[in-house]
Amino acid sequence: MSATTQSSEEPTRRDFIHLMAAGAGGLGVAAVAWPFIDQMNPDAGVKALASIEVDLGPIEPGQAIKAFWRGKPVFIRHRTPEEISEAEAVDLAELRDPETDDARVTDVTGAVRPEWLIMVGVCTHLGCIPLGVDASENKGDYGGYYCPCHGSHYDTSGRIRRGPAPTNLPIPEYAFVGDTRVKIG
Amino acid sequence: MSHPSTYNPQSTFTKWLDSRLPIVRLMHDSFVDFPTPKNLNYWYTFGGIAAIMLVVQIVTGVVLAMHYTPHADHAFESVEKIMRDVNYGWLIRYMHANGASMFFIAVYIHMARGLYYGSYKAPREILWILGVIIFVLMMAAAFMGYVLPWGQMSFWGATVITNLFSAIPVVGDSIVTLLWGGFAVDNATLNRFFSLHYLVPFIIAGVVILHIWALHIPGNNNPTGIEVKSVEKDTVPFHPYYTVKDAFAIVLFLVLFAVFVFYQPNALGHPDNYIPANPLATPAHIVPEWYFLPFYAILRAITFDIGPLEAKLLGVMAMFGAIFVLVFIPWLDTSKVKSLKFRPIMQWLFVFFLISFLILGWCGQADPDKMLIQAGTNAAGEAVGFKVVHLSQITTIYYFAYFLIAMPIVGLIETPKPLPRSISESVLKRNEKKESDVGGAQPAPAE
Repeated sequence: MSATTQSSEEPTRRDFIHLMAAGAGGLGVAAVAWPFIDQMNPDAGVKALASIEVDLGPIEPGQAIKAFWRGKPVFIRHRTPEEISEAEAVDLAELRDPETDDARVTDVTGAVRPEWLIMVGVCTHLGCIPLGVDASENKGDYGGYYCPCHGSHYDTSGRIRRGPAPTNLPIPEYAFVGDTRVKIG
Repeated sequence: MSHPSTYNPQSTFTKWLDSRLPIVRLMHDSFVDFPTPKNLNYWYTFGGIAAIMLVVQIVTGVVLAMHYTPHADHAFESVEKIMRDVNYGWLIRYMHANGASMFFIAVYIHMARGLYYGSYKAPREILWILGVIIFVLMMAAAFMGYVLPWGQMSFWGATVITNLFSAIPVVGDSIVTLLWGGFAVDNATLNRFFSLHYLVPFIIAGVVILHIWALHIPGNNNPTGIEVKSVEKDTVPFHPYYTVKDAFAIVLFLVLFAVFVFYQPNALGHPDNYIPANPLATPAHIVPEWYFLPFYAILRAITFDIGPLEAKLLGVMAMFGAIFVLVFIPWLDTSKVKSLKFRPIMQWLFVFFLISFLILGWCGQADPDKMLIQAGTNAAGEAVGFKVVHLSQITTIYYFAYFLIAMPIVGLIETPKPLPRSISESVLKRNEKKESDVGGAQPAPAE
């Protein structure tokens, strides 16, 4: 500001030009900075592999598999009637992250198939892979999954029951395509 | 400390150079005829030792990068190739891996020395804060470096640590995806970690130069914590007095380094990192490198929610807060006396601080649910009592209380011991101690 312009006076045309120039410069810097930030996000190749189809036919009741999706395991469990009734009988009031079992076995089209529990197999605490897919593994105190890193126990619906994890195992977007096939992502 | 230059170029060339770029003068005034307190003990050699370790890490790292392949499919293999096929590859890699540990040993001792002798206090606040920045950069470099061999600990360490950012409300998950460059730790993550791991040491080197600059304005602190009053009586030139003392300490330290490199090269590592990374199976026990253990224990000590803040977020805040609090200690410490030698209460609290920091380190590698003292069993038949997690909670409280409560309060209520009048008096007094009372002691504060 020149000596003739006091702050108490009306802003001059020169003040306006300064403001606009600085603003335009700021926008320019932001516009150049964005590509350098966004390049860190998943690239087209990673996104292209973002959905998979899995054949459910060979999975017997009581069995579970790990499918590899977006660099993470997806746990697909063919639940037994006992496991389903156990999951449905839980009182929502005692859950840290209350969700009905039905809500967790519904695909994006709204189809409810409680025999298939499909979840992202990544502990919501700090990202370890819980145990419980293989029959020989520790399923935790609630018969579902158990994370060995910091001791989170999940039930037969994949809901957090004890330990440090804040939320239930997440349900990916999936849709059944025919009786024994599912599309994940 | 600021002093008139004593550099006197003799030859035509050095005169010509000095009038264009006085770099030789800068070196002479900084490392040859730099007035340094005459009473520095061996604890003061760890800054120089740390600097040497930085050089070792950069030299060995540049060489390793010539043989390493930063790709998820080839990284593990290329590290094994370095170990088996590359001429002296085993030596260079073991130097780099153990060099990181040695660097942290030197820096932790350097920091403890600064805490004990009050080297963070005015007029050295900026010097101290630059040191904290170096420490944070070192942790970032070490973390990313440990990911590069792409073993199980690399992969799962990277997963757990990057997942810490998911604790940030609202934007946490987007930040984690941005850090990964994918939906999980994968090739994109490995590539950027390699790029940054190569970059960060040079940033550290730059901050080290600022650190030395900020040191050379007020000059070194010293074990008495009294400022230099007479350059003639209180100081000696850096060369040869401290070049030789530092060099001797460096040689001893390199002996320790060599013991690890040649006899125990994997003692400080984790065997699971010799298993290639597997995104579908987590090792049963994830443990960070030893130099992160105290902070890892603080992270895991927070197992309870406070109001709307979840335990996970609180743990992350506590862990980062444990480092961030160091920035503020020049103002948290209210005492007028720098050196804890003359502070009878704080001296003991400092000893307890070191012990509790070591205990935190032990807790960091132990299973948090491990029972230490069992008191009995509850109705469900589970054992109840004092567990590792409780020990880390107590020591975490002490960690923060030392800085946030002890530093401000003890400084106000404590009566310091009499300070010597000057650095030279303290040196002479030590030599005359046996000849009864010396006198000349005066009550603090002297400045």
